Amino acid sequence: MDIVYAIWLRNMKRYVRSKSRIIGSISMPLFFLLFLGFGLNSVVTLPGIGGNYIVFLIPGIVSMSVLFTSVFSGIQIIWDKQFGFLKETLVAPVSRLEIMLGQTLGGATTAVIQGFMILILSLFIGLHVSNPAGFLVALGFMILIGISFTAFGIAIASRMDDMTGFQLIMNFVVFPIFGLSGALFPISSLPSWMAPITLVDPLTYGVEGIRYGLTGTSQVNPLICVVVISGFTVLMTILGAFLFRKIRF
Amino acid sequence: MTIALHIDNLTKRFNELVAVDKISLDIDHGEIFGLLGPNGAGKTTTISMLSTMLKPTSGSATVNGIDIERNEDGVRKSIGIVFQDQSLDEELTAWENMDFHGRLYRVPADLRKQRITELLNLVELENRKDDIVKTFSGGMRRRLEIARGLLHHPAVLFLDEPTLGLDPQTRNHLWQYIATLAKEKGITIILTTHYMEEADQLCNRVAIIDHGKIIALDAPKNLKDGIGGDVVTIKSPDPAAVVAAMSEPWITRVEQHNDEVVINLKNAEQHISAIVTLLNAKQVDIESLAIHKPTLEDVFLFFTGKTIRDEEADHKTNMRMYQRMVRH
Repeated sequence: MDIVYAIWLRNMKRYVRSKSRIIGSISMPLFFLLFLGFGLNSVVTLPGIGGNYIVFLIPGIVSMSVLFTSVFSGIQIIWDKQFGFLKETLVAPVSRLEIMLGQTLGGATTAVIQGFMILILSLFIGLHVSNPAGFLVALGFMILIGISFTAFGIAIASRMDDMTGFQLIMNFVVFPIFGLSGALFPISSLPSWMAPITLVDPLTYGVEGIRYGLTGTSQVNPLICVVVISGFTVLMTILGAFLFRKIRF
Repeated sequence: MTIALHIDNLTKRFNELVAVDKISLDIDHGEIFGLLGPNGAGKTTTISMLSTMLKPTSGSATVNGIDIERNEDGVRKSIGIVFQDQSLDEELTAWENMDFHGRLYRVPADLRKQRITELLNLVELENRKDDIVKTFSGGMRRRLEIARGLLHHPAVLFLDEPTLGLDPQTRNHLWQYIATLAKEKGITIILTTHYMEEADQLCNRVAIIDHGKIIALDAPKNLKDGIGGDVVTIKSPDPAAVVAAMSEPWITRVEQHNDEVVINLKNAEQHISAIVTLLNAKQVDIESLAIHKPTLEDVFLFFTGKTIRDEEADHKTNMRMYQRMVRH
C-alpha cells in the first residue's frame, strides 16, 4: 500500500503544480456548459423528462470533465516513458500491479477533483441539490468513471511509444464515448437504431448515475448503472494492469 | 575479498545479432570496474541483464550472491542504477525525487530523511534541494541521479555512461565524486564508458568489450604496459615503405592504419633519431611524427586493429544496413 501511496503522491504533486493543466482542462467543459446550456436552454424541450436543459446538461458535463481528465492522466505515462522516469519506477523492487494501481488512483483523484470543480461551479448556474445523499451518489459515480477511464488510458499508453497516436485516440475513441453517452441529450430522443449503441457505451451508465444523484431522475435504473459501471471499472483495471505488466524497459 | 558480481557465459541475442557473447567475469567487492568499448559493443545490454531489466538468452550471473534470473527482486534491492538517459521527474524538486525513490525502496521515513540530507550534501546539492529539477544543469542532474541511486544503500552501483554529454570540466568533477563515493561508501561500482580517459582515471580494472566479447581484462596500467611500450605514430605518403623499414630488434610491433603507421617500442625518446635516420636512408617521406605514452585507446587499437572511432562508425553503418533490411 505504501508503494501505491508513493506513486499517488507523486501524481498529486505534479497535478497541483500544473496550473495551466488544471485551468485548461476545466475550461473546455465549462464552455460547453455555458454555451450549450444557456444557448439551448430556451430552445430545447426534453420529451418525457421535463425540467430545464441546463440542469439536464450539468451531470453530462461533470462526467465529461472526469472522462477527459482521467483518460489523459492514464495516457500520461507515455511521457514518463519518454522522459525516462518510468524506468526508475520499473527497476525498483516493487510489483507492476502496485505501480499501476498508484497511477490509476492518482489519475482518478485528479479527474474527480476536476469534475468536482465543475459541480461546484454548476451550483451558481441553476443546480439545486435537494438531498446530500444524492450528492454522494454522484460523487461515487464520478470516482468509478475516474478509476475506469484512467485504467483505460494506462492500457492504451502501455501499447503506445509516443504521443503521436494520442489525437487519434481522442477523436475516435474518447469523443465518441462522450458523444454517445447521453451527456448532451436524452438517450431516448435518439433514433431507435442508435439507442442500442448508447447502451453499449459504459459512460452512459456513469452519466445516468450522476444524473440520478444530482437531479433525482434518470433514464436508466440507477442500480443497473452501479452494476455496469462497477463491472467496467473492474474490467478496465484488470486490462490496464495486464497490459502495463507487459511494458518492456 | 568477497565477490560482488559473478558472470558466467552471459549471452544476449536479438534475432541474428549477438549483442553480448559469452561474457565471463568476476568483480570483487569494493572495486570500481569499467566496461569499456565503442557504442554498440554490448555494454548497456550487459548492464540491463545484470540489473534484471533484460533476460539473458543463455548463461548466468549473480549480483551480491543473488541469481539475476531466480530472484529479480533480491537483485533489484541490492543494486543502484544510473541509466544512460536521464530518469528524473523534472516537475519535482531534488528532495522529492529522492523521497519518491526512498519510498519505492521502502526506506523508513526517519532514515530516509537522514540519508537524503547526507547524500545531497555529498553531491553538493543541499542548497538546491527545494528547486524543481527542470532548472538543473546536466551535471547537477547526473549528481542527483547518483545520489538517488545510493539512497537505499545498494551493494553494487551501476553507472551507464555517467558522463555522456557533459562538458569536460563537469566530467572531471563527476569523476572525483565517483572516486570519493567508492572510497567512503565502500560499494562496488560498475561503469560503462566509451571515454578511454574515464576508464583509465577511475577504474581499478577494465574490461574492453568489442562486438559483445571481452577482448582484454586487467588494470588500466597493466593493459597499457602490455602493448609493448610507447607509441610512435608516423604519417607518410607511403606508409607501406615505413612499415618495411621498421625491422629493428628494439621495435616490438608495427602496424599500418590508413596513411598512418603505429609503432610500439620501449623508451621511444631514445630511438627517435634512429627511426628518422632509417626512413631518410630509404628516402621515405615523413609528414608528421608523434610520440606518446600508451593510452587505453592504443590498447583498444592493439587488440582490435581499429580505433574506437572507426568501430563506432562501423557500428553506425551496420545499424543503418540493418534498419534498411528490416524496412524492406
